Amino acid sequence: MSATNLRIGAPTGWRGWLLDSAPASRNQARLGRWYRAWLGLRRNGLAMTGLVIVLALVFVALFAPLFANHAAAYTQTLTDRLQPMSWAHPFGTDELGRDIYARVVFGSRTTLTIVALVSLIVVPVGLAMGLPAGYFGGWIDAVLMRLTDIFLAFPRLVLALAFAAALGPGIENAVIAISLTAWPPYARLARAETLTWRHAEFIEAAELQGASHLRILFTQIVPLSMPSVIIRLTLDMAGIILTAAGLGFLGLGAQPPSPEWGAMVSSGRQYLLDQWWVATIPGLAIFVVSLGFNLLGDGLRDLSDSRG
Amino acid sequence: MIELDRVSVTYGVGHTALRAVQDVSLRIASGEALGLVGESGSGKSTVLRAVAGLIPHAEGRIAIDGRVLPNRRPRESRKIIQMVFQDPYGSLHPNQTVDQTLSAPIAIHRLGDAERRIMAALTEVGLGREHRYRYPHQLSGGQRQRVAIARALILEPRALLLDEPTSALDVSVQAEILNLLTRLRRDHGLTMLMVSHDLAVIAHICDRIGVMRGGRLLEMTTAAAMAEGRVSDPYSQQLLRANQTLDPAAIADVTA
Repeated sequence: MSATNLRIGAPTGWRGWLLDSAPASRNQARLGRWYRAWLGLRRNGLAMTGLVIVLALVFVALFAPLFANHAAAYTQTLTDRLQPMSWAHPFGTDELGRDIYARVVFGSRTTLTIVALVSLIVVPVGLAMGLPAGYFGGWIDAVLMRLTDIFLAFPRLVLALAFAAALGPGIENAVIAISLTAWPPYARLARAETLTWRHAEFIEAAELQGASHLRILFTQIVPLSMPSVIIRLTLDMAGIILTAAGLGFLGLGAQPPSPEWGAMVSSGRQYLLDQWWVATIPGLAIFVVSLGFNLLGDGLRDLSDSRG
Repeated sequence: MIELDRVSVTYGVGHTALRAVQDVSLRIASGEALGLVGESGSGKSTVLRAVAGLIPHAEGRIAIDGRVLPNRRPRESRKIIQMVFQDPYGSLHPNQTVDQTLSAPIAIHRLGDAERRIMAALTEVGLGREHRYRYPHQLSGGQRQRVAIARALILEPRALLLDEPTSALDVSVQAEILNLLTRLRRDHGLTMLMVSHDLAVIAHICDRIGVMRGGRLLEMTTAAAMAEGRVSDPYSQQLLRANQTLDPAAIADVTA
């Protein structure tokens, strides 16, 4: 980190304020830390590519109506079916005459929803299982980890299939099915991280000050475990998107006519040889977004490794 | 102030059991500083951790301020006795600023008036406002140990446990920290129990010195007796010879 300081020389203005080695307030110290991390990330070209892709996905999903016509994604115009790429339809049209460009743009919302919901379920559940296991050890550890082992033993797609078949297909059930099989690695990770820090002297110091177990877990251990959890999550995103697309492909994810990239690939399958764009364009979208998450995750991992 | 009666600590069970501390009894009067010396594995740090309440399975009776304390310490007892750890690089949370480290005990014990207490503690250990919002990686080893001492002092304890507080620091910084501890002891009338393998460090702070070996307290002597070589136990004599650098006049020069 100090190398960054030297390279810049003596920064002034807001950069000087952020890089100040003697911050004057809690917020300045925190912002300065984030800024230093950002400087580290900025030097990693591939990670920045990933970040740009992920931010683009979020931006497109949030402002989808600005990029494409909502009606074009849903309106069936059978006279226009399977049109090749043109000015009117940049990515062509599908077998029901819907604009593929508009469907890809609105499909990003489905993908982002699934990714966000899965993260919101998987991280808290993983932490709730892993932190107590690592912190308390003994029988609590044994019970929680055997439970984790059981869920780890289910094949992801098969359980998701069974789940979707039992509860009926749909996005919510796809999310539950994916989360059910995605949390165990997070529990393992949180446990391993907790074990690393459990006997650190600063944890003992906190104990000596009378901090409760809950306080130690949340103020001391969680902040140290979060970076690896977030990195793992970013790297897992691609897998989650692919599973979601797989469920969509099998007809168990988002239901027609709502646009979902996996389902779009599935419907384009029959025209693959003559109208290649119908399956290829949503496939490319899945590929680019998965790649983006992986590049970003790799970059974040490099960043946390170099910190030491 | 601190009273240990036949304290023993055993790790493991069966024939692999290791008796780290065997029937150690000692008393430290209020305001007194007692040092424990011994080689690695002699059990001196284990005694200290047992007094701190970090060893839940310690046997025997530990009384602080006239009250016998159970191994699961009540929160109130934390205000009486605090500890400074050996490694200033491991005893501070790497992601927390000095300010956060010092606010935690105030929040736990609902003391209030955090602003004044934090600044007072920092001034006390010779750190300034500019150190308050730094992360540990922005501080030197000596500064970190000062923060650790400030954290121990912020609850205004009456007794301080010191686990080789200077052994991870280089010599000039060692002297500064020892002088700081001496001053704090004088200003606050702190009772101290200090552990070190370095006789010179112990002699600088402590009045009485206990020699430990193999988990037992071999001999209780004084710093003055040590300096003059008046120790009875053969092992203590050996330890003294191994620390031939011990010269009270020389120490006084270095740390003056």
